[in-house]
Parts: sequence; structure tokens; C-alpha cells
Amino acid sequence: MKILLSILREMADIPSDPEAVATALNSLGLAVETMDVVGTPVPGVVAARINRMEKHPDAAKVTRCFVDAGDGEERHVWCGATNMQPGDIVPLATLGTKMPNGMEISRRGILGIDSEGMLCSEVELGLSEESDGLLILPSDSPLGVSPFDILGIEHDVLFDLDLTRNRADCWGHLGIARDLAAYFNVELRGPRVQVGERGAPVAHAVTISAPNNCGLFSVASVSGVVVGSSPRWVAARLAHLGMRSINNVVDASNIVMLETNQPNHAYDASVVSSFDVRLARAGETLTTLDGQVRDLHAEDLLVCNAATGVGVGLAGVMGDLHSEITENTSTLAFEAAWFSPDPVRFTAIRHGLRSEASVRFERGTDPEAWNLAAERFVTILRETCPDVVLHDGTSVERTSSCPQPIVVTASVVRIEKLLGIAIPNDRISQILNSIGFVTSIDGDVITSVVPTWRPDCSQDVDIIEEVARHFGYDNIGKTVPNSTVHGRLSNMQTRRRALRRVLVGLGLDEAMPSPFLAPGDLAIIGLPEDNVLRIANPLVADESILRTSLRPGLLRSLRYNQSHRAPRVGLWEIGHVYPKSNEQLPDETEQLAIVVAGASVEVALEQWNALCDALSVGAQLDQSRVPAGLHATRSASLTRGKKVVGVVGEIDPVVLDALGIEGPVSLLEVDLTTVLNEEPKPVQARDINRFPSSDIDLAFVVPESVTASTIQRALRSAAGKRLVSIDLFDVYRGKGLPENSRSLAFRLRLQEAGGTLTDALIAEVQQACVAAAEKAGASIRG
Amino acid sequence: MASESTPQQLLATALADGLAQIEASDSTDALKAVLTGLTGKKGSLVAIRSSLGKVDDLEARKALGQLVNEAMTTLEEASVVRSRALRANEFAAQIEQERVDLTELAMSAQASRRRGRMHLVTQATERLEDVFVGLGFQIAEGPEVETDFYNFEALNMPPSHPARSMWDTLFIESDIEGSVVLRTHTSPVQIRVMKEWPPPIYAIMPGRVFRKETPDATHMPVFHQIEGLVIDRGITFADLAGTIESFTKAFFGPGFTSRLRPSYFPFTEPSAEFDIRRPDGSWIELGGCGMVHPHVLRAGGLDPNEWSGFAFGFGIDRMAKERHGVEDLRDMYSDDVRFTEQFS
Repeated sequence: MKILLSILREMADIPSDPEAVATALNSLGLAVETMDVVGTPVPGVVAARINRMEKHPDAAKVTRCFVDAGDGEERHVWCGATNMQPGDIVPLATLGTKMPNGMEISRRGILGIDSEGMLCSEVELGLSEESDGLLILPSDSPLGVSPFDILGIEHDVLFDLDLTRNRADCWGHLGIARDLAAYFNVELRGPRVQVGERGAPVAHAVTISAPNNCGLFSVASVSGVVVGSSPRWVAARLAHLGMRSINNVVDASNIVMLETNQPNHAYDASVVSSFDVRLARAGETLTTLDGQVRDLHAEDLLVCNAATGVGVGLAGVMGDLHSEITENTSTLAFEAAWFSPDPVRFTAIRHGLRSEASVRFERGTDPEAWNLAAERFVTILRETCPDVVLHDGTSVERTSSCPQPIVVTASVVRIEKLLGIAIPNDRISQILNSIGFVTSIDGDVITSVVPTWRPDCSQDVDIIEEVARHFGYDNIGKTVPNSTVHGRLSNMQTRRRALRRVLVGLGLDEAMPSPFLAPGDLAIIGLPEDNVLRIANPLVADESILRTSLRPGLLRSLRYNQSHRAPRVGLWEIGHVYPKSNEQLPDETEQLAIVVAGASVEVALEQWNALCDALSVGAQLDQSRVPAGLHATRSASLTRGKKVVGVVGEIDPVVLDALGIEGPVSLLEVDLTTVLNEEPKPVQARDINRFPSSDIDLAFVVPESVTASTIQRALRSAAGKRLVSIDLFDVYRGKGLPENSRSLAFRLRLQEAGGTLTDALIAEVQQACVAAAEKAGASIRG
Repeated sequence: MASESTPQQLLATALADGLAQIEASDSTDALKAVLTGLTGKKGSLVAIRSSLGKVDDLEARKALGQLVNEAMTTLEEASVVRSRALRANEFAAQIEQERVDLTELAMSAQASRRRGRMHLVTQATERLEDVFVGLGFQIAEGPEVETDFYNFEALNMPPSHPARSMWDTLFIESDIEGSVVLRTHTSPVQIRVMKEWPPPIYAIMPGRVFRKETPDATHMPVFHQIEGLVIDRGITFADLAGTIESFTKAFFGPGFTSRLRPSYFPFTEPSAEFDIRRPDGSWIELGGCGMVHPHVLRAGGLDPNEWSGFAFGFGIDRMAKERHGVEDLRDMYSDDVRFTEQFS
């Protein structure tokens, strides 16, 4: 929101120091984004008349202008513009002038012919951000005088404010001036109003056929209008505030809106004199001022000429192109209305048409600003139309949707309890009254009439916030709550941190790929895509589904690194996946995935063992349940009974080939929602058995179809309670063994609880072990 | 025998010879052999001792025996000295032989395996969590795919509330259009915590959030926020300001201070932006905060007449970005190990 200091200072005697004003704005919650000095005069620039113009045969694009700056001396200036002609008075930057952009005017010309200055555009003088040629000054401008003086251009300060959604009132200078006047404790005058003698009453018939959409519709009659150009200050202020000057009537209308926050419209009363505000009909169209033909929707609101029934404006958004005033217009029907915020917003969204009016209506305007708007409109017009008259008898139609002033009660004690500081009663009422909340305090009860320009205030906390804001957040003080809660990480959070450190200790880097996938990303790695959530309004089609696995993202990051000369990266991610469920929300869980390029399943198993050790967890390796997308003979599910808590193995070479990844790639995935939430009981200490232990080594020939774990289980159960540990210490495949078999050598350490093992007992255990292993499909190696 | 040497002469010769042999031995093994040759069972001195039986005179025999013992002690002592010298030489040789270039080893140690890296966002999150845990907060987590109720409605934004446009929301396709969203902020966790944890509540809620935003140097569609929520009896705006101040000093350092500026959020009132002042006087605009709105307390199942509270929130990514001077947020999410490995 752009705000000019000059307008604010017309409304209240706030300081001229822009820094002081900026500080005030910031501490009031009207955040200053930028602050710029605008319209600063450029010394050395004077009005000069173009006496004659010549073309040079060797310079087609520039013109030689001979100008008179009022000192009787004719100067020669090269000029690249084309919009001037002999007799025009234009700004001349004389030699030595320092331009707003820093350039200094020198004698340097072209083709060996000097230039004794430069003719200027509005952009070059820092007056606007665009222009299409030289600034042509009024034909009666005195030569040699600064164009800034001739145009009455004010040195001004432009603030760009980042307004919050609640402060609808600050879309007009008046709302900001009100806050500042309260801040600096000065009187709020508001916009200057001087309408002269009122004319005889003139009524305009107004019908509101859509009472829910339009709360108030007022039409004031204005006569004696001569359409022409605006005073310079009007044009200059509009330019600073980002609007173009059209003519004195439209400009005055816009200034009124910028000042009072009351969007308004001036119709030619000879064309439109009675109004009907109704919803659009199916098939109806309207050509808005921007020249676009709009197909109207049954919920769009129209302002219509009641005499013809034809729309003259898309209510609250934009006027109709064909209902604009003309240069012959002399009487005006001046509309100021209150439209319901939501319908205006929906119309603006539907038509992709966000106008200066719609942004104000959709936030909520003041339903009681219509008279001020009309009076200020006429006050401005009087500068260019001395005979303009505002007639009595403004037609004002209200409906039930028009906001009524509301009374809010608040408690003095509650203010202290919520803010943590006691603010005296008289200070509370002084603050609230200074910003238009008519307030009285009786004992603990604050009774405040909320002004009609503050639609955001409807309950006690709104009042409390206003008090706090004007009391000053900095004055409230800083205390620390007296808490009985102790800070800590939960079990799961502690375990997650431990896990991260294990992963880092394994030399693996954390990756954070996007959780958005393209359709097909899951299918290409062999995972189902029928259980995904889809984004209804994705930024791009490539990011339209939510991941059900961390694998696609990690593999993409792995491939990225491979293609950037890092062939052997190891990456992990801890993140959420979002498979569809039968509930409203997906079955969102936290997962861990690790991929290592150039690594085989052994690496993934080492990682799993490290995790199990660090987190005191475990699972069975079930190679009969090959996880989707993994190498069929080198992968397993991590299971606990029927529940799968992870997968370990290598990525299917077919998948790697499809992705263009150089293999092998090891994979470990663990369901952390299950594993991290476990809370292993503290291990209870056991006495160290100090009796001697004995080792027996047993080597078996085991067919490939029998797993090592089967043999290990058999040995474990046969050895019984004397078994301290069992390790697979040698695996051999090759000569001397039957086909499709390997030799597995186990070392069993045995120890007796209450004494030394006897040779007989050891032999007995060994026999039992051999028998059990042979039963499980192994044969002892001779 | 050609000449009849006296036992004394024999002993003196054997002793001199033995000492010479000990001195001449060039390894501990050789020394051991020499010693055995002299003082072992078949050693020369033992032979002399055995021959003492032939000396008739008891006194002379005693004296001789004494001399033999002395000679043996002398030889043993000499061998200990020699052995020590030989061991020293051998260790010196071993040490010289085992010489390595440690710079070379260091290089291969570096090349073999470095420690992995946690993502900068994870590092920043843990640092923030630690500070808040120190300030007495616990950590709450919530789902990233949320219902409209938790993301908007319970936060004082009923359907079609205009403030919803403050966030560019990504919606999930669902039976009821718009009823499921990717959470646009961590604030929905506030409601979940209010419903699930008995007050008083001192909680922070870090996590991933989503916006429909084209990635650029300072924006990502997926990024991270941390939210704080305090609900207790008698919590005031001054407590909010003081907590922000405590956090500022604990996280940034004692030279930093904070200030609150009025602002607007639908779920807090009064609302504020909070800024951090660096020791050099410049400001960092950090995040938003305010007193929990009574509507939000009610949505969380709490009675605003009994409980009051405050909430605050800010971005985590920016903390990481500024701490490490990362120019472009997209680099932080590239998973490029050349980027990652810089940050131990």
C-alpha cells in the first residue's frame, strides 16, 4: 500500500521527519517496506522553448533542437525524442546539471557538434517510472523557471506499507493518519472539505434488488462540472501512488478513494440517473473499463441503469466501458456504496480482475464514509470547476446487510491478565477514544462502540489488541513464565537422534529430496502406484503425487551424484511417506532409507546390525518374502512374525538399468514409526561366569537350499543353556564339496554355570549338535 | 697336559675368555648361547668348579670355590649389561625399520572414510530443539498431510475466511474437495497438542511444511518451520516477550536482543512480528507470534477463562542458510555431496 506523507500531513499535524513517521508506522504494526523521497527538484533544469528543429543528414534518429531558456541566448541541443514540435516548452537540463540518476550534463555531442544541455522526460526528472518522450510543459510556462515550480510538484515522501489482512481501514490514508494522530497525540482533521453552498435537492431513484450483497448505495448529485485536466498536484500525487491521471473527474474520484478508502464512481447523470443493484442474469455480459468482455456469473453483482436495465458496472470491481463520462458531461451522479466483502472477492477471483476498488471492498469498507467521499470529491473538483455544486438530498438506500455499529465490552482486569501490565483506566479510554472507539469505563467494565471503519473488531481481544498496540508493545515489559514443565526429548526423539549419529558414524550423508513425485516414478522402481495421494493443484505435473516410499527420491539423488563424478555415495533419509488409507488422512509413517552406490547386500546388513546394536532392536531375515523392486536373490524382508518392519538387500538390476544407475546399490529400509517408538527395558546386569569356557568347532556341508540361520538355530537349541556364543567363522564353496552346497564352520563357546565343564559333557553337547544339524539338512564335514 | 696350570690360572683365563665372548656376542640369542657355554651345566666354569674336589686343602678349596662364584657373578653381570645394550640396538633397528610417513597415512586415512553429514536443516533443528529444551520445552510432532480443520478452521479461519489466502495451499485430491491439505505451517500441531496433552503445555513443534511456491534462491515449496506453544494459567503477553528474549540470548548469544511489533495472524491476538537485534545494531526479522486466540483455545478443547497462552513460529531453513552463508536455498536441497560434505 503506497502512502504519501503530504496527504497524511494534510489530515493531521504529524512530524515532517520521515524517519520519525516510519518509526511510528512500524511500532503501530503498519510495517514500512520502503521509504522514498520523490519529486525532489533538480537544480539546473529550467523551462525552455523550442525555437526551431533541424535534422542532420548523418543522424536519422536524433533531432537538433534550438531552444530559448529565457536568457536571450539560443542553445543547440541534440534530442532523441520525437514527441515535440517547435513552440513547445520543455525542461532543459543545463550544462553541469546533476540528474537524479547521477549523470552530469556535459557538452559532449555527436558528429563533432556539441550539445549545450539535455531536454528531459518525466523519467529523467525522477517524476515517474515511465514516459513516452519529453515532458511538454504548459504553453504559458515562464522560461528559465524550474519545471517543478511550474507544475507545483511537491517534494514528498512515499511509504510502501505491508499491511496486515485485518487493517481494512488502512487502505485509505485516513486510516493511517488516524493511527499516527493517536500515536503523536495530535488532532485528526481528516481530508480538507469545502463544498461551498449546497444546491437544491436532487434525488436519484435507487433500488437494491440484492440486499445480501449490497448494504448501502448512495448517489449524490453534482452539477456545474467541466471535464478537463486535473490540477498538477492531483496528477503528481496519483503518479506517486501508482495511478495515471485521466481527467479531473476520474482523478478526483481516485484521490477520494485513496484518501478515504471509499471506492466510488461518477456517472454522467444525463445518461444514468436511476440505479438498480441486482445479481447478473445467465448469459449477461459486461465490457469492463479494461476493454474485456466479461461473461457474468449468477453470483456477480451488477450496478444497472434502472431506466434501461443494462449494467453500468460490475459492482465493487470495475465500471462499464460504455458508461464512462465524456468531455460533454456536466452533471454527475456520484455513487458511493458498501458491498459485502466475500461476494466481491469471489467475483474478483472468478474474473481474475483485482482492482483498486475490489481490494478495498473485499477487506471491508466503512459504510458511513459515503458523505465524506462526496464532499471531498466536490472539494477537489472545485479547483478545476469553480461552478461545481453538490446538491442536497443525496439518495441513500440501506439494506439489512449494512454493518451496524457494534458495542463490545471488555474487562480492565482481563487486559492486565492478558498483557501482564496494569494500564490505568483513563489511559485505556484515552487510547480507544483517540482511534474512534467511543469508550467509557465503569468499574471493571469497558464499553466501547466499535467505529464502522473497523470491521475487524468484534470481541474483547480485539479491543485489548488495540490498547496494547497504542500503549506500545515495547512498554509492556518482558517476564518469563513460572513453569512447572521440564524440558526434554521424548524416548522416540532421543532414539531418532541416536540413529542419526549411527548413520553419520557409518560415513553416510543425509539427503532431503522432495517428497513430491511424478506419476511413474514409483512404477519404474517396481513399487505400486495405486495407493498414492495426488495433489489437486500441483505446481508442475512432475510433482503431482506424494511419495509412498523414500526410495525414488534417494535413488534420484544417487543418480545425480553419479552423473557428477561421485560414483560411490552413501545417502540416508529419515522422512515421512503418505500411502493412502481408508481414513481421511493417509497412513503417514516415518521411514529410514539408506542407499549406497557400489555396495552389495553385505553393506546393508552391516548397517542393519549397527542399528540393531544402537537401538536394541531386532528382526528376522525372511528371504522368502522378496520385497518389490529389490534383487530377487539378494534381498530379504525384516520381519517380526507377520509384521514387516523393513527391507534389506540390493536394488533390482533391472531398476538400476532403467534409472541409468551404475550398480550394485545396497538398500536398507526401516519403519521408524514402529522401531523408534519401542522403549527397550533397561538390561539387568548378570554375574560374569568365571569358570573356564571351552570352544567346539563344527564344520558342516550344507546344501544351498538350507539357510545358515536354520543350522544356527538347530545348533543353538541343541547346545542348550551351556551355549555362551555361536559364530559362523568360515564359509567355503568349491573343490571337495558336493554341487550346490557350501561348508559352514561354527564355533560354539560353552560354559557351565556352577563349575568346570567335563570332557564327557562337551562330547555330549557336540554329539547333540551334530545330530541336530544333520536333522536340519547338514552333514558333518569329515 | 703340556703345562700344569693352577686352578687359579685356569679360572682367570676362563673368566677373561668369557668376558671377551660376552662382549663379542652380537645378538641376544648369541649372548644366551655364550652364557650357557660358560655358566650352563656343561659350561667351562662349572667344569672348574667340579675339579675343585681334587684340591685337598680345605681352606684352599673354599677360597677357590669363592673365586669361581665371583667369576660367575662377574660373567652374569657382564651379560646383563651386554644384553641391555644389544636389546637397545635391536629396538633401535626395529624402530628404524618401521618408519612411516604420517602425512601419507593421514591422506589415505582421509580418503578411506569420512564421517557422514547431517543435512543443514537437521543440524539447525537439533540446535533449536536443544535451546528450547534448555528453556523447559518439550517437542511435539504432527502429520504433514492435514485436514482443513487443523490447518485452517481450528486456527480461527472458518471456510472461505479471507485470511486463508495468506498461504498458497497445496490441496490433496479427496472426496470432499479441499478437505485435505499439505500443511502450510506447523500451527496445526498446536491444536493436536492442546487436544492430546493435558495443560500446562510448553511445547515446540518443528517440522516440514508446504506451499505452492516456485523454488528460487529464498523460497522452496517444501521447507521447515518451528512453532512454539505455551498454555498455562496466567500466561501474559509480557511472558511471550520475555520468552522470545530468553530464546534470543540462548540461541544467538548474549549480545542479541529482541523486540515485538504489532501484526496480524488469525490464530493469535494480540499478534506480533518478532525481530532480533544483532550486536551491531542491525535487525533480523525472524517470525510471528502472539497470544493464542480464544477461538483457538476452544478449538483445542481448553477454556479461555481458565487457560491462556502464547504461540510463536519461524523458519528453520533460513537459520541454516544464514549460519553457513548459503546463497541459494536450492543448493541446500540438491543432495549434491560436493555441497553436503563441507558441513561437518
